[in-house]
Amino acid sequence: MSLAETPGLVATTGDAGETTLVVEPGDLIEAATYLRDEEGFNFLSDITAVDYLGWGTHGVSGYIGTAAGRDLNTPMTQGYQATPQPKPKRFAMNYHLLAIGPEPRRVRLQAWLDEGEAVPTVIPVWPTADWHEREAWDLMGVAIDGHPNLKRILLDDDWEGHPLRKDYPIGGEPVRFSGEE
Amino acid sequence: MTATAPRTGARAPIYEGTRIPSPIPTVLKTSQDVLDTGDVLTVNFGPNHPSTHGVLRLIVDLYGEDVTGIEAVIGYLHTGFEKNMEQKTWWKCITYPERIDYVSFQNNEYVFVGAVEKLLGLEIPPKAVWMRTLLCELNRIHSHLVWLGTSALELGAISMFWYAFREREMILDLSELVTGYRMHTRYFQVGGLAEDIPRGFWPECRKFCDWMPHAIDDYETLLTRNKIWLERTEGLGLLSADDAIALGQSGPVLRASGVDWDIRRSEPYLAYHQVDFRVPVFPEGDVYARYRVHMQEMRESVRIVEQCLDRLENMEGEPWIADDRKVVLPPRHELHTSMESLIHHFKIVTEGFRVPEGEVYFAIESPRGELGCYICSDGGAKPWRVKFRAPSYVALQATATCMTDALIADMIAIVGSLDTVMGEVDR
Repeated sequence: MSLAETPGLVATTGDAGETTLVVEPGDLIEAATYLRDEEGFNFLSDITAVDYLGWGTHGVSGYIGTAAGRDLNTPMTQGYQATPQPKPKRFAMNYHLLAIGPEPRRVRLQAWLDEGEAVPTVIPVWPTADWHEREAWDLMGVAIDGHPNLKRILLDDDWEGHPLRKDYPIGGEPVRFSGEE
Repeated sequence: MTATAPRTGARAPIYEGTRIPSPIPTVLKTSQDVLDTGDVLTVNFGPNHPSTHGVLRLIVDLYGEDVTGIEAVIGYLHTGFEKNMEQKTWWKCITYPERIDYVSFQNNEYVFVGAVEKLLGLEIPPKAVWMRTLLCELNRIHSHLVWLGTSALELGAISMFWYAFREREMILDLSELVTGYRMHTRYFQVGGLAEDIPRGFWPECRKFCDWMPHAIDDYETLLTRNKIWLERTEGLGLLSADDAIALGQSGPVLRASGVDWDIRRSEPYLAYHQVDFRVPVFPEGDVYARYRVHMQEMRESVRIVEQCLDRLENMEGEPWIADDRKVVLPPRHELHTSMESLIHHFKIVTEGFRVPEGEVYFAIESPRGELGCYICSDGGAKPWRVKFRAPSYVALQATATCMTDALIADMIAIVGSLDTVMGEVDR
């Protein structure tokens, strides 16, 4: 029994002494169940969705909106010391796991998704995933397969778009003033 | 002191099996046969209600006085912190996390700074490590006092509120003495502290440490054996150890469910491996157990602050920030004499420092539980992605489980005992 035997494991990476297990989205439930039951990761700390659109391109993290509306805008200077490593797909779903017990340890379970690709829900494995997955859907637009209550959580129900995506510009929101038609 | 001795025994044992609702773990649904009686009243509690101390909306199904269904609706305070932080340079981001959880601002500030330092691989001078520990613990007392004062207020003990806020004021004064601000201090800088610690801080902090245990004795005299308090808290809002772990609960809620877990001890950060403190654990899993955990943690925090003071008083004249010119602003006086310092200062202020490419998750024990910060950098001067694992957000998910078989009158006691800060829930 070891982390290397996780079902569907594609790669093992990690920065600053952390371990990241990359699995295929289709094998996520199997891998999660294995990690919980065999490796003792009984506690799901957090789920983080990351959008890597424009990763390694100058200026992408500095989108600014214009009054005209919501489209890709003029890049700002970013300044890399080196071009970052390319990523396999656009979105990453990160599941931060913790083993509560005499030998505490942490691991990050990671699945890569393309635009429109869905990831299965992990609520049957860790019930705490409920709101985390709703947040990933609400703010990042990652579709969660099999979630029993998948609706917006932090934003209004009629909100358009998913604001944490990199192609969702800040600013440029139309503001209505009194006296205006 | 007999008045503060805890009452023992004579409490209902915690439930067997699981009470997490299915299939949606965070929504308690009224059963069909209760609905069929036609006597179910749906009440909208909040989002603007004095007892929520923030903007929390609870949709409650009532059958008489029984709560048969409950759903929490959040998001009224969402301000897009994480999106905002992606637009700012790393060192300007530090002002954001403390405003996320405005009650435990110092811990929030530390978790972000700590995550950046983890990715940078930066060594922090001991004086800064000990001072950060001290301020985080003072902040823990502050947070628990706000919790205690407001929770007791909701249950009718209004005098408790005034007492708790009296000591809270002392902590804010200490904070102002060191950092210049009462709250949202931005005193932790990547690499250490923003300024040296003023000498006048030591005697004032000692005075506080001498006073605080007496104040906690006073609180316990008011509440611990108080008949009304016991009636309103004992055996309510039950959460078993297994359910608490499954629902991701952390901090005082987890420890009040009998799980002996504290990140300060299991994965020590700052100076916690060098200080002596106990981790209070209570097995009952009810509101009263959560109250007891909070009270004992305050006592332990005072002990930690004293140990930090013992160390810090001997560190006069030591550096308070790392000497890394690529990350830390050079000392002010060098700007007039050294060209290199001026260049470094200019580059950090205008462009910001760069953080190496990578992703890290850094977790600390905030007053509310596991506070995590995930940061992802592309090697530039701004974060690619920042995400906070907010303990309040997770704690509110336990509402449905804790409210099983509860009465409407106990709802405030139960939801309040989960110790949530709405700013952190909605971020």
